[in-house]
Amino acid sequence: MSYVVGVDVGSTYTKAVVLSPEKDVVGKAMVQTGFKLDKASEKALDEVLKGAGLTRDEIGYSISTGYGRHLVPYRDITVTDLTATARGSNYFFPKTRTVLDIGGQTMKASRLDEKVKVQSFRLNDKCAAGTGAFLEKTARYMGYETEEISPLVQTSKENVPISGVCAVFAESEVINQLSIGSAPSDIMYGAMSSLVKRAIQLLKRVKMESQITLTGGIMRFKTMVDVLTENVEEKINVPNGEMVQFTTALGAATLALQRMEKIGKSA
Amino acid sequence: MALSAGVDVGSTQTKAVIINENQEILGRALIDTGANVVKAAEKSYLKALNDSNRREEEVAYVIGTGYGRYKVTFGDTQVTEISCHGRGAVHMFPNTRTVLDMGGQDTKAISVSETGEIVDFCMNDKCAAGTGRFLGAASMALDIPLNELGPTALKSEKPVKISTTCTVFAETEVLSWLGKGKKIEDILLGVHKSIASRSISLVRRVGINDAITFSGGVAKNVGMIEVLNENLGMKVNVSDESHFMGALGAALFAMDHIKASRVPAGGVS
Repeated sequence: MSYVVGVDVGSTYTKAVVLSPEKDVVGKAMVQTGFKLDKASEKALDEVLKGAGLTRDEIGYSISTGYGRHLVPYRDITVTDLTATARGSNYFFPKTRTVLDIGGQTMKASRLDEKVKVQSFRLNDKCAAGTGAFLEKTARYMGYETEEISPLVQTSKENVPISGVCAVFAESEVINQLSIGSAPSDIMYGAMSSLVKRAIQLLKRVKMESQITLTGGIMRFKTMVDVLTENVEEKINVPNGEMVQFTTALGAATLALQRMEKIGKSA
Repeated sequence: MALSAGVDVGSTQTKAVIINENQEILGRALIDTGANVVKAAEKSYLKALNDSNRREEEVAYVIGTGYGRYKVTFGDTQVTEISCHGRGAVHMFPNTRTVLDMGGQDTKAISVSETGEIVDFCMNDKCAAGTGRFLGAASMALDIPLNELGPTALKSEKPVKISTTCTVFAETEVLSWLGKGKKIEDILLGVHKSIASRSISLVRRVGINDAITFSGGVAKNVGMIEVLNENLGMKVNVSDESHFMGALGAALFAMDHIKASRVPAGGVS
């Protein structure tokens, strides 16, 4: 019996998931991508195998995805991240018709048909204002680390409007707000609200349908999910806990399982 | 003889200039704006006064300009930085018809008449791409001081092509080129070229009219001057005091006011 690996080389983090032949997640690992994408993917594989107590010989098939997918040395094939995220969302929520994935440097919205094929998609990868980097920068201008964003924003009492046109201009905006006495938590909330506005524009352009599944590291922030839920009428799903960051890698792994079974039958 | 002052509170740096009635610069100061904008304005003004060896009482009129112009609490009035840059540029280089001002967070192209009046202008108002901030990001990522960016870039023979537009992503791209083993000078020339091409497209929108005067903090960067000259096919006017252009314009407007408000007294023509 062989296991499969899905590895998602993102702009900020590289994620790997191992699936058992029964389609159970038996291991997951996340490492910083850095600038040596091949090394990051190797490291993610080593870690995920170690966690699952497996060796490389026990892996029957590997699929890479994400922006660095072509640099993964041990891949059998690559799939686009849109396809992989669609599959991963479907794994958790079979009724998913729309996916919103917000990463460190990208924001992607896609609409799926009932066969989990991507029907249309829109993405923003030109401007940091529509990505996780916007929240990170806003937090940093106020002296907070990425991990502190979620606890900080949960203490927010009111929404301080942050225009969100540019992650660089946000710095002056943040400084102005701090100087007139606005609370960092409220400024953070304002930044999230403006990011949500951008996300909804993207969702509208792909003509979102229920159900919507949210993925990407940002969705670990409960407030982000809450604000999104408040602003769209469709039913919203979020993969549990950490899995929100592994949805794309998981999707690649489910495809790897399918491929391996197909090859096994034809052999 | 009365003096006037111009204080240009920019997003990154605050500049102050003191001039006399002959429109000569007597004192100047440049400091980081920081978080306390009101204080930065005061500090730069006092520093410029100190530099001029004159007393505060001699300054009859002060004009604030720049994005923080309303924070110049001791100022008598405010004038937009567009007007001030136009005025300052035409004063320094009378042949100026177009001003390209590159600051820390914005880049402006201004078309001016022979008398320094604003004919048209456009600026990046939605995005920090193509501004000094892009150089700031490269400086941080490569750990090279701002004033060495230009000279380093000019050593390059094979510039890399910077593909990102966003200043935030540029930092990542710079590091990824470094990771791929590219030379620092090649990356930096690529960064300069990328900013130049964005700012030239801004200049095209107001029309390229001879001569172009280059102002703002980025005008101190020899690499940027070179790349602009090459891409425009003409030499831009630039001076050591290009970053004081806005403050100088404000001081000139202030001097106009002093002279205009004088009631001609008997015996003095």
